[in-house]
Amino acid sequence: MSEEFSYLNQLGSDKGDLIKGLQLVQSREGYVSDEAICAVSKHFSVPEAEVEGVLTFYAQFKRVKPGKYQISVCDGTACHIKGSTQIQAWVSAELGIKDGETTPDGLFSLVTVACLGCCSLAPVLSINGKVYGKLDRKGLTRILNEYRKMK
Amino acid sequence: MANIKRIKVGTASCGLAAGSGAVLEAVKRNAGNIPVVEVGCIGHCYAEPIVEVECEDGSSIFYSRVAGTDDAARKIIALSDEGRFSIPEKRASLEKNIVTRLAGRINPVDLAEYRANGGFEALKRAFSMKPEDVVEEVKKGGLRGRGGGGFPTGMKWSFLAAKKVPEKVLICNADEGDPGAFMDRSMMESVPYQVLEGMLIGAYATGATKIFIYCRAEYPLAIKHLTLAIEEMKKAGLDQLAGREKPLEITIKEGAGAFVCGEETAMINSLEGHRGTPRFRPPFPTDSGWNGLPTAINNVETFANIPPLIAMGGEAFASVGTEKSKGTKIFALAGDVKNPGLTEVPMGITLAEIVYDIGGAEKGSVKAVQTGGPSGGCIPAEHFDVKIDYDSLKELGAIMGSGGLIVIGKNRCMVETARYFLSFTHRESCGKCTFCRVGTTRMYETLERIVAGNGTEEDIAFLEDLGPKIRKGSLCGLGQTAPNPVLSTLRFFRNEYEAHVKDHVCDAMECRALVDVKLNTDKCIHCGLCIRTCPVSAIGPDFKVDNAKCTRCNSCIEVCPKKAISRVRKGEGFNSSISK
Ligand SMILES: Cc1cc2nc3c(=O)[nH]c(=O)nc-3n(C[C@H](O)[C@H](O)[C@H](O)COP(=O)(O)O)c2cc1C
Ligand code: FES
Repeated sequence: MSEEFSYLNQLGSDKGDLIKGLQLVQSREGYVSDEAICAVSKHFSVPEAEVEGVLTFYAQFKRVKPGKYQISVCDGTACHIKGSTQIQAWVSAELGIKDGETTPDGLFSLVTVACLGCCSLAPVLSINGKVYGKLDRKGLTRILNEYRKMK
Repeated sequence: MANIKRIKVGTASCGLAAGSGAVLEAVKRNAGNIPVVEVGCIGHCYAEPIVEVECEDGSSIFYSRVAGTDDAARKIIALSDEGRFSIPEKRASLEKNIVTRLAGRINPVDLAEYRANGGFEALKRAFSMKPEDVVEEVKKGGLRGRGGGGFPTGMKWSFLAAKKVPEKVLICNADEGDPGAFMDRSMMESVPYQVLEGMLIGAYATGATKIFIYCRAEYPLAIKHLTLAIEEMKKAGLDQLAGREKPLEITIKEGAGAFVCGEETAMINSLEGHRGTPRFRPPFPTDSGWNGLPTAINNVETFANIPPLIAMGGEAFASVGTEKSKGTKIFALAGDVKNPGLTEVPMGITLAEIVYDIGGAEKGSVKAVQTGGPSGGCIPAEHFDVKIDYDSLKELGAIMGSGGLIVIGKNRCMVETARYFLSFTHRESCGKCTFCRVGTTRMYETLERIVAGNGTEEDIAFLEDLGPKIRKGSLCGLGQTAPNPVLSTLRFFRNEYEAHVKDHVCDAMECRALVDVKLNTDKCIHCGLCIRTCPVSAIGPDFKVDNAKCTRCNSCIEVCPKKAISRVRKGEGFNSSISK
């Protein structure tokens, strides 16, 4: 296995941990590259096609490198009722990217997810795991500007 | 004035999102030598960030919506009257905190504190009984699975217990896939030991040797607390069950974002490292589950019910609730209510009591509630006097579900709501069964057409015809229940569907294709905020909204200080491509 993915060795080679392996890769690299699929395939002795089959089944896994700040706009039921469609449109308008895309400067990427478990604060979004609730247009612009300043 | 014993800051996910991180820092900075601890969620999520001051005399003072400033912290430490919070009396009289008794009141990861509050007493009691008697006790309690199906837990356990093999598996379903539900998250974050104690009792009763907790990856704090709690339990030897040679194996597995993995057999596939597609049953998991071993799966809340059930005895547990649904249910109340949050109520309470008295929604402002998420149905306000239990909700075409309860206000469109759920289910369908894969997609496309104003009456007939076929042609609960949101809205809100297809009108003004945006010049003060905010420059210097350019994004409506801009029926606004 290539050096790059040697951290996979902290897991056993039990096939039941295949998803865990992919999660480990993604937490390190931010996404799962073709090279990573090869490495995972070797580590668990599972054909590459099967690794890719498992990977594409689960929404969590990304095949392209995401931005530095990953924005997840919640479109769960509570957030939808509270206008998440609007939030998505605003984020898209502010950043000029659509669901699943990354800004050209690599700073932001945008995905839609179903429920972050903070429904009582709907509508919500999270940026790199930090949740922001009770969003409105002004609040949204303020939050995005904070991240733009941090670079 | 009472002396302060300690100060508790709620730092569950809901609290953190509301800003309790800064509150915790501020309180710590100012507390001197008063102990400050982090606790979970007491269910009043609308009032977060919440701080509880525990006094020496046993009384408590709550503060709500606390700011993360030194000033606010100092006021709390001085027991100021400002910002105090008391649980509304009506709500308190309706709630019954049996399962959530300790949630938000104790340090979630402190084993000693859980024990000091009666924790692991139920396990001790269970060990004093024979395993089969524990199963009997659960049967006597009449506990039904809280994950949605409502299958009697005691019966499920007796199936597993009957298997005489050396290795058996118990799985805790912590996938909480219903988007809009957060009971399980809150229980795992707030009282992880209680959920784990339920699993230990379950393993003892059924003879399970291995436990998996399958938790969705979106819940990092729940995973952290469970991990810490398991470590502490192991250190204290609690994973050593009475009469066993080896300690219990407990493993947490993170889900990877697939709704269908909440289904039992799909979860087993996922735990084995495969794609999470459901399996044909029989064989049932209790006959052949994870790696072929007998396996039983229960929901987080089901497990959290076990310690109180065993501690108080099955009979006492069954004294609460209705004839066929015993005990309490935790509901996650969200949507168009004043006080969203978690509420534990006895089975048999009415929807009206939950929505109006607990949720604080104004009478007349609510159109319906949606229970059971994408698998459930909506119940219109006329039926809010129904007493909630597994069976009564089924009769109304909805289901109890896992406890997500979304309140839908008068200003929402039911066709759009149905479209939303189908957009979810058709995306989440694993693709194994044709009727589920293609059928939900066709339903979704049809609903898209209707909300876009291009629907016909045949579309409505098509939906009604297709629904039952998807139900029949699907292997697992996802497909079997996917048509529910459509069929139940068609049953109760057919007029809305008809208005969309016949008159091209969305009375709720929600469907973009059927509305225009208009600025009321009488109210306008020409501040120009809307012009600057509009992302597509649809508002001219004359303050006219051009609906040919407007994307109905609502930005101008939101920023207007005078509420001068609103949605109107299509054709009632200015459109440069129609009228010059
Ligand atoms: C598509 C689908 C998704 C499900 N999602 C969940 C879930 O997220 N959490 C859960 O506890 N049960 C879920 N269930 C129900 C489980 O299959 C199962 O009935 C439950 O975990 C059994 O536990 P209980 O008897 O304690 O309720 C789902 C079922 C289906 C068909
Ligand atoms: S629906 Fe958005 S957090 Fe639950």
